Amino acid sequence: MTHEPILSLDNVSIRYMTGDFKEIGIKEFFLRKITGKYKVTEFWADRHVTFTINRGDMLGIIGTNGAGKSTLLKAVSGIMRPTEGTVWCNGKIAALLELGSGFDGDLTVGENTYLRGAMLGYTRRFMDEKYREILAFAELEEYEERAFKHLSSGMKSRLAFSIASLVNPDILILDEVLSVGDGAFRKKSEAKMKSIINGGATTILVSHSIPQVRSMCSKILWLDHGKQITFGDDVNGICDAYEEFLKTKVLPTNL
Amino acid sequence: MFTKFKENSFLFSELVKRDFKKKYKRTYLGMLWSVLSPLLTLLVMRLVFTKFFGNEIEHYTIYLFCGNIVFSFFSDCTNGGMGSLMGNAHIFSKINVPKYLFLFSRTVSSLINFGLTFIVFLIFCVIDGVPFSFSFFALIIPIICLVIFNVGVGLILSALFMFFRDVQYLWSVFSMLLMYMSAIFYDPARFGALERLFLINPVYVYIKYFRIAVLEGYLPSIQFHLLAIGYAVVFFAIGALIYKKFNHKFIYYI
Repeated sequence: MTHEPILSLDNVSIRYMTGDFKEIGIKEFFLRKITGKYKVTEFWADRHVTFTINRGDMLGIIGTNGAGKSTLLKAVSGIMRPTEGTVWCNGKIAALLELGSGFDGDLTVGENTYLRGAMLGYTRRFMDEKYREILAFAELEEYEERAFKHLSSGMKSRLAFSIASLVNPDILILDEVLSVGDGAFRKKSEAKMKSIINGGATTILVSHSIPQVRSMCSKILWLDHGKQITFGDDVNGICDAYEEFLKTKVLPTNL
Repeated sequence: MFTKFKENSFLFSELVKRDFKKKYKRTYLGMLWSVLSPLLTLLVMRLVFTKFFGNEIEHYTIYLFCGNIVFSFFSDCTNGGMGSLMGNAHIFSKINVPKYLFLFSRTVSSLINFGLTFIVFLIFCVIDGVPFSFSFFALIIPIICLVIFNVGVGLILSALFMFFRDVQYLWSVFSMLLMYMSAIFYDPARFGALERLFLINPVYVYIKYFRIAVLEGYLPSIQFHLLAIGYAVVFFAIGALIYKKFNHKFIYYI
């Protein structure tokens, strides 16, 4: 396994906006501006995050809810642009963020498969080749012509997982997606994940399951309220500190 | 830019297919509708306005059709384009895809509609006995300009729509105003020297190009060409600038 860097975040900060700017009309906007009631709260979802991972690494990102994990992944996958700092990446990224979203309910399963494949950056030839395999893996061969909205939610995520996992990405981002479908399919999907990881892909895993992180990851990034608490390859040490933090709610000072 | 587009050409064609399928789903007449609806508008206008303006304008049906075909392409494109980003927000907030593709694919499905209507337009020209001339081939110029212009306006509107949802109501009022100012069913020559003011309206410029090339059978002047191309370039540039400046902010407004 080579150790060339594949992904590097340098001092990445993302400022998130919330407030009542959404869904207000032009009139309301100016009215609130004039009366001084226009309120937009900005906060740093991620602040000064810096780390580098090498080819073949498995990075685990841990932290409580609202720590900025998902926002950071959006910056890594290019959906969001960091407010400050830079994301440098040397390879193709496949992000499995909220698997089931982004499909079109009116189109058939087959049409959605092609559309999703196109969005993930595959070529038509690649999709023609893999189409049967995707449907077979999702166990949806009989549903090919069925409108997507008529599938059960389990079937939907099975299809989503099958399409996304067929890629051979340089970097695979998993945002708590290791639990897809029913028991039998979950086993199958976990095996598939493992084979992708063993194939040498660099993986970023967001998980609340510390045992899973301990057993799979080679590096750990710990975020809390957007701040980088620590980053390193002392997986067990950091996980111990994190579990201690979950009990005491006191951030460690010695890391 | 070109390699980037090539990379995305598969996604682009899938999006066009999706837009097209969704548009004609559940309508028995399917694509026929896209031709029929401008024809019906044409019929209504013909019935209503012939009494007022029909006598003073030669080939009044084709005169109307020129205005109608250009304006309905513009209106279909911009109204559809306005919602194209918002309507696909659930996709680009989860997957990293170039957002402008949604607008482009929406424009292409409008363009296909326009193409079908254009064929009917040519048939009508034959039926109405409009003499064929080589200036017909020049129509490709205003059509290309119109596509670029529409994309530009679509980029502006779709960005505005992300920030202010009531833009759609303002736009529907504004496009009605624009429709009346586009001299679709009357001849602006009746306003004398004021006729030049109509050229402020880009849509009218394209309509007028159609009328000159089809009904008069010659090519407009070089200045007129520059105006037609200029509008397309300027609006596209403004749209592209706005898109470039704001496209990373859209995600906060979903």
